[in-house]
Amino acid sequence: MTSFSDSLQAAFSLILAFDPALWAVVMRSLSVSATACVLACLLGYALGAFLGVHRFRGRGVVIGVLNTMLALPSVVVGLGVYMLLSRSGPMGFLGWLFSFKAMVLAQSVLLLPLVTALTRQIVQDAENMHGEQWTSLGAGSCVRAALLAWDERLALLTVGVTAFGRAIAEVGAVMIVGGNIDGFTRVMTTAIALETSKGDLPLALGLGGVLLAVVGFMHALLAALRWAALRCQTSLAQPLTVRLL
Amino acid sequence: MKQAWVDLQQVSVHWGAVHALEKVSLILSAGERVALIGSNGSGKSTLLRVAHGLIAPTQGRVEYAACLRQAMLFQRPHLLRMSALNNMALGLWLDRQQRLTWAQALKAAWVALARVGLEDVAHHNGRTLSGGQLQRLALARAWARQPQLLVLDEPTASLDPYAKREVEALIHSFSQSRPDVGLLFASHNLGQVKRLASRVVYLEQGRVDADLPVAEFFDSDRLRAVSPKAQSFVQGELP
Repeated sequence: MTSFSDSLQAAFSLILAFDPALWAVVMRSLSVSATACVLACLLGYALGAFLGVHRFRGRGVVIGVLNTMLALPSVVVGLGVYMLLSRSGPMGFLGWLFSFKAMVLAQSVLLLPLVTALTRQIVQDAENMHGEQWTSLGAGSCVRAALLAWDERLALLTVGVTAFGRAIAEVGAVMIVGGNIDGFTRVMTTAIALETSKGDLPLALGLGGVLLAVVGFMHALLAALRWAALRCQTSLAQPLTVRLL
Repeated sequence: MKQAWVDLQQVSVHWGAVHALEKVSLILSAGERVALIGSNGSGKSTLLRVAHGLIAPTQGRVEYAACLRQAMLFQRPHLLRMSALNNMALGLWLDRQQRLTWAQALKAAWVALARVGLEDVAHHNGRTLSGGQLQRLALARAWARQPQLLVLDEPTASLDPYAKREVEALIHSFSQSRPDVGLLFASHNLGQVKRLASRVVYLEQGRVDADLPVAEFFDSDRLRAVSPKAQSFVQGELP
């Protein structure tokens, strides 16, 4: 117990002292996961909205595969991306293996099914409720997909935050394609795994604390945005910034 | 002979074992105000959607007059999370026949909102409008598309009596301002049917059981002779 409390105390000291090693890892983690999240959301929102509205032969199979991929283990994604990027793989010529780009690619692949599947469900529910009204007004399937996705933007924002939470907390994919190289591809989760195995519990705990704080901050930000949007919805005068939400 | 806007010929709509419509034939002509009545599940909403082109019939044919302009008002209109003005403008901008620019759509939206007395809430979020305001906005949006056929699905069903009167007065005023416009509406409110319709169609389990001019429909002896079920429905004596 003493060892645990000592480690915890040391971890707080590292955080409060803005330990450069710790913060370098934190910033790298944030940039990898945020970039992957933005890429996955850009593609996933569009694909999900399209799937939610458009009817075509084989749509059920596509949705079934997509839903199955929600359970895709991150190590499997890591392995797949590793094989793609390895020297003998089809994308080996890019030379991305063990780099920031490889980690972003792996996390984007991991997040894409999540964002697409959740967006598809949200937009499809909206389509079932209101789609015929917009069809009646002259909106084709692409316009409907865009309008309904825009209308459900608060729900889609939650999807984005969920995706970010999954990205920043995963360890398997970034470990395999990034290689956990110190000062280069080491991120919070891989560092926690490494420092724990080395017995450096204060750094591992400090990183764990920061990881939780980042996810907590994202959810607090989301709650604030939702609150502001709902408040705006019931207010008479709407400033442009809030109206955009 | 007035021009036929929509001609439904032996139209059936089946959803698996459910027969929503069964061999319905109906011609809607210019200037006619046709009310669809019947119990819940009798196929009124399905018939409106088939006439509007939202549902393709399983059997039968639907023929429209060339370049027919039509609009539909739903029981619970959907507005996006944006201002009432932008919602109105979007509805007009999407109209493939008018092909307005966004600036023209905004201008037309102001005029349409003013027509139904909603200028004051133009910048309010569409989701904050009351049921009556929402229905007036949707009606103005439908009307601004200059339809030749206006389809209304129980337009006052979820409104309080005051809002009901307002919306009904607007429908009446719109149809008076352009007598060539055909109205096809579903309603459970027989008073409203009497006030707005020129012809009444009674649906029973997806079939047309009575199709009479409004005066004849509300003549008990005449209706009993044509359709005892419709007579029971009107008298509130459903079996």
